[in-house]
Amino acid sequence: MTDIGSLKVKTGLAEMLKGGVIMDVTTPEQAIIAEEAGACAVMALERVPSDIRAEGGVARMADPTIIQSIMAVVSIPVMAKARIGHFVEARILEALGADYIDESEVLTPADDSYHIDKHDFKVPFVCGCRNLGEALRRIGEGAAMIRTKGEPGTGNVVEAVRHMRTVMSEIRALTLMPKEELMSAAKNMGAPYDLVLYIAEHGKLPVVNFAAGGIATPADAALMMQLGCDGIFVGSGIFKSGDPKARAKAIVLATTHFKDAKMLAEISKGLGQAMSGIEISTLKDSERMQDRGW
Amino acid sequence: MKKRVGVLALQGAFREHRQVLERLGCEVIEVRTISDLEGIHGLIIPGGESTTIGKLLQINEMGEKIKELGTQDLPIFGTCAGMIVLSKTIIDSNQYRLNLMDTVVERNAFGRQVASFETELHVPAMGPNPLPAVFIRAPYLREVAPNVGILAEYEGKIVFARQGNLLASAFHPELTPDLRVHKYFLAMIDEH
Repeated sequence: MTDIGSLKVKTGLAEMLKGGVIMDVTTPEQAIIAEEAGACAVMALERVPSDIRAEGGVARMADPTIIQSIMAVVSIPVMAKARIGHFVEARILEALGADYIDESEVLTPADDSYHIDKHDFKVPFVCGCRNLGEALRRIGEGAAMIRTKGEPGTGNVVEAVRHMRTVMSEIRALTLMPKEELMSAAKNMGAPYDLVLYIAEHGKLPVVNFAAGGIATPADAALMMQLGCDGIFVGSGIFKSGDPKARAKAIVLATTHFKDAKMLAEISKGLGQAMSGIEISTLKDSERMQDRGW
Repeated sequence: MKKRVGVLALQGAFREHRQVLERLGCEVIEVRTISDLEGIHGLIIPGGESTTIGKLLQINEMGEKIKELGTQDLPIFGTCAGMIVLSKTIIDSNQYRLNLMDTVVERNAFGRQVASFETELHVPAMGPNPLPAVFIRAPYLREVAPNVGILAEYEGKIVFARQGNLLASAFHPELTPDLRVHKYFLAMIDEH
């Protein structure tokens, strides 16, 4: 009785990624730098979020050639992004052997009402969230891992912080509610009742929760870890900085030693220029990636 | 006396090992720096990414300290990435390793994530009941020296082995409710 692609092995891979950094890469050379720096996985992309933001247009799944060329050079898991609701892009990524699919708001949504039925796949999915209701809807659809959305491609951590704090405080609130209040809570946050009951009982999400969207420095990574996430996604923050090798390594170290301020001080030294960031209030509504997803 | 068991907490599924060990009445130390290794009776190297864990072990020579403790008979149990890190030979890789077990390990030996699976293993040392086993991008031991005892195989591949004070599994006992593997490791601590 061998069971391939069960929920346990899907969520299990995310458990193995904990305490690690997943880095966006667009070329095999960048993937090797990421692995050398100690990344626990890479996200294979055609463009990093800040370039998608700058260039505009429709952002889609990467060319399979890019994903395969990256899979060929690293031994760590390779993730790839599909558009929200685009289950055919997801099937293609699954056929390519991607280790995880990010149904991602960084790409232009393919469906303005529905996400992918992720239970129907052998490959696990990670999805973004801004609050607990959104996280539980995605888990209900079969996501085996959750990440905060933040605001991708900005190098500004404020939205990631807001989303992580929101999720954590909503979890704490559920654990304090008497049982009769939980159905209304489920209705109000638009979340499946069984998952609301799970949170109320366990005080944590049933899957791993990473931080993403705006992390640019080792201190940012440690901040998110201290706020209670399980690990870190860094998108544009590494390869849009002055010294990607040094910064990648520093963010890996900061994610492990996130409570050790003395070590963080050492880690943060001499990393060159961080990516230049964007103040969130200067973004037009149409430029806010975090609002994509239903 | 309560056993003090360290769980290497650089990266990976260290929390799950912690929970199992606490359920079994151990005092658990999350090991992030060399000083955390002081006074422990055993050490678990969890699943995670073996290249990442290897990089982080090189900081402040923590890996060398663990290696020294391992050669001085400290019981060490490696799961998945831990099995890789314990082995002397890693096929097609020059990544950092502790070089403790006389084993040849192959990484991602069952395929990529889409091939990850759950199964049951026959493990005579754990009694007659089958042992649930979760394999995630798992390695296996392609060769072992005569001084390494084979505890379990899956489809002819060695997935669980012991060499004196060292124990290695390709699968994740910390992800299932069956406590026998951790109990076995605690019994190894009692012997040493």
